[in-house]
Amino acid sequence: MLDILIVGSGGAGLSSALTAKQQGATVTVVGKHYPTASQTSMAQGGINASLGNVTPDSVQAHIDDTIKSAHELCNKKMVETMCQDAPNTIEWLEELGVPFDRTQNGKVAQRQLGGASSKRACYAQDYTGLKILHTLYDSCLKEGIEMLEEYFLLELIVEDKQVLGAIFLDIVTGEVKEIRAKATILATGGYGALYKNFTTNSEGATGDGLASVLRAGGTLSDMEFVQFHPTALKGSATLISESARGEGGYLVNSKGERFVDELLPRDVVARAIFEQIESGEEVFLDIRHLGEEKLLHLMPQEVHLCRLYEGVDPISELIPIKPVAHYTMGGIDVNENLEVTGLKNCYAVGECSNAKIHGANRLGGNSLLEIISLGREAGKNAVGCVSQRTETTNTKNTQLQKTKEYIDSLFEEYPYQKNFYNLQDELGEKFYKHAGVVKDNTKLNNLLNELRVIKADLDDMGIGDKNRENNTNLVEFLQFQNLLTIGEVVLDASIVRDESRGAHYKSAFPKKDNQHFKAHSLYWVEDGILQNRLQKVES
Amino acid sequence: MKIKINRQETIEEFEVPFKSTTLLKALYHIKNNIDNTLTFSSNCRSGVCGACAVRVNGKEVLACSHTPQDGDLVEPLVYHEIQRDLKVNKQKARKTLKSSTAWLHQPQKATISQEQVALTEKQSDCILCNSCYSSCPVLEVNPNFIGPFALTRAYRYTSDPREGDVKATIDNIQTNGVWDCTLCGNCTEVCPQGIDPKMDITMLRSTSAQFGYSDPNFQAMDFGFGGF
Ligand SMILES: Cc1cc2nc3c(=O)[nH]c(=O)nc-3n(C[C@H](O)[C@H](O)[C@H](O)COP(=O)(O)OP(=O)(O)OC[C@H]3O[C@@H](n4cnc5c(N)ncnc54)[C@H](O)[C@@H]3O)c2cc1C
Ligand code: SF4
Ligand code: SF4
Ligand code: FES
Repeated sequence: MLDILIVGSGGAGLSSALTAKQQGATVTVVGKHYPTASQTSMAQGGINASLGNVTPDSVQAHIDDTIKSAHELCNKKMVETMCQDAPNTIEWLEELGVPFDRTQNGKVAQRQLGGASSKRACYAQDYTGLKILHTLYDSCLKEGIEMLEEYFLLELIVEDKQVLGAIFLDIVTGEVKEIRAKATILATGGYGALYKNFTTNSEGATGDGLASVLRAGGTLSDMEFVQFHPTALKGSATLISESARGEGGYLVNSKGERFVDELLPRDVVARAIFEQIESGEEVFLDIRHLGEEKLLHLMPQEVHLCRLYEGVDPISELIPIKPVAHYTMGGIDVNENLEVTGLKNCYAVGECSNAKIHGANRLGGNSLLEIISLGREAGKNAVGCVSQRTETTNTKNTQLQKTKEYIDSLFEEYPYQKNFYNLQDELGEKFYKHAGVVKDNTKLNNLLNELRVIKADLDDMGIGDKNRENNTNLVEFLQFQNLLTIGEVVLDASIVRDESRGAHYKSAFPKKDNQHFKAHSLYWVEDGILQNRLQKVES
Repeated sequence: MKIKINRQETIEEFEVPFKSTTLLKALYHIKNNIDNTLTFSSNCRSGVCGACAVRVNGKEVLACSHTPQDGDLVEPLVYHEIQRDLKVNKQKARKTLKSSTAWLHQPQKATISQEQVALTEKQSDCILCNSCYSSCPVLEVNPNFIGPFALTRAYRYTSDPREGDVKATIDNIQTNGVWDCTLCGNCTEVCPQGIDPKMDITMLRSTSAQFGYSDPNFQAMDFGFGGF
């Protein structure tokens, strides 16, 4: 039997695979895309480590910055472990061959990102995530790690809370298959696609791993915390990096007035922009005064993106922008060993998990660090779990049959009366307006009701494409269902948290309320019903 | 605007209500509103995940970075098994990464200068979109040719000061590798990342020569004309 099944082939999945394999375990990595198409490829800015190669820095300063940004909702021990491991993480990536940029004396170059007290982010031009991901991929090929592409996770196989593997849709053939393993690691990425057309995230950030954990009896936490990036292109939601404001770009409204200090923290700037838009203004980024020469030298990528995706030339025109969902702090609840709360032999790591590192707000550069550092940790821990397990004798399994029947029913029974794509677009916009930068209980409640109505209507939706092979319509419908599952939790958790903390902001409760809400919000399903409680953070 | 899509059995024409948009958006418009069965791949929408490469009027482009024109003909990549419509199987092409062994064989500690990083900065921008592979005429005659992206990647690692065993990769790109390329430059022309595999292959030839390899085509000629 396979030792370790890893679901997700982004930075977190591949790091854990390499580590587990190095420790002698057999591993299979499964992903719904080709590994190099994972969202990790999109990360531009950098990966944090207090190397102090450019400006003085210390592990303690990195810890302090991370804790401050988390607004009490982190586990200090986890933060310490990760920040201490950061220099090793960079060293490991260096050994694999990641082509980081260099300083004049040949050390790894580092740049400033928001919220950091030093130049701490190691980078490879604007392609940090891409180059890390591809180097990990090459290393996996070198190690002969089995990677299965275009396998879509449907369900975990669970018996008595023990995870025995998972069930997948082989997208190419249309078959439903199971893969059993002694331990399972989930590394399936975040749920930013809930904010469709209002997020920088990839189309595939649909929280599939989270939804499957919820269905399997595991726990999710802090789902109300979604980070918004202040400046993305208005039409395409493509990220325009912070450097545009850092270099002296202005934010102006339709009247040409500036309305906020552009260099304040991300969430403050995002709220100011959102309020302008709510009041009927359009908001623009103005970088014309920096001049053509400087713009082409300092931000060629941004200039290119504006021309391509928005049809504006930022050298002579204003750039229409909006704040958009960028990172999801909430996720699969895990303990300090990265084991999923409520399940056994199952780990979660990367953006799909909530390892209590980022708390109420993630610091730029810390998620790439998390996926590599804790990815390796998850690999190690899973190997430990495998060595303690004996072969499961129980091979009787009703789950596979049930899942097959459900997929068959989509081909045979479900009519195709309602277009779920339109609903997904509408939901994306509503989540953005009502569960986004600024939240309000009435609007949240209304949206929750609407979402429940959509859920009840699922029987009228289904798929229009009835071919079994390469059916992306089917995949997109399954993703849509996962988003509905996740969306319900995001809304409920947002309603419960009557305060403002980090990325979660309610206009009616603009202050932090430590007495009631210095706590993680936990969600799980019991007897088919969504349950929740707040778990106080000690100290 | 009208867009034509080669769906193997037929070429279908679709009307999309956009003046200026990306091809990917147009494809989604068709899938979501006109025909759910239209099949293609994508993920990042921003030109870095490499999933969405197709051919437009015979030339490889990324659907998410291409602005379509009225009457464009969209087709799947060539030299790939077509799975459905514009979706292709990339597994065979990906195997070339394995056969070229494009990775660090024997990592060694090295101080690297920014100038050295800059030397292969472009090569490591590769997003594995397979556009170059689709454009390469050698694959028409030799399906086992390692192809442009894997050779570019081999070059990127053999040039890395951290590689302690350059020969290991060089040995593996001799057969169906560096000498099979005709230096036609198609790959260079279509690469969305501005990578120049043709130049990288030329560089790999000279490294190969340093390790005692030579062009087998010339050797064949020597045999033919030897002694005269
Ligand atoms: C535009 C952008 C810029 C960013 N910049 C930075 C930055 O500069 N620094 C930083 O630290 N962070 C940055 N981030 C955040 C960071 O990139 C992500 O948090 C991180 O890459 C997540 O990695 P991951 O491995 O957890 O998941 P992902 O890379 O998202 O991978 C998820 C994997 O799971 C697989 N998967 C998902 N669902 C299924 C399913 N149902 N079945 C099978 N497989 C499945 C996918 O195929 C994929 O392989 C940025 C994010 C974005 C969007
Ligand atoms: S230059 Fe060589 S690798 Fe590139 S397309 Fe031409 S023959 Fe193929
Ligand atoms: S070299 Fe260019 S065209 Fe070829 S796979 Fe890489 S990015 Fe695509
Ligand atoms: S969708 Fe990722 S490159 Fe086009």
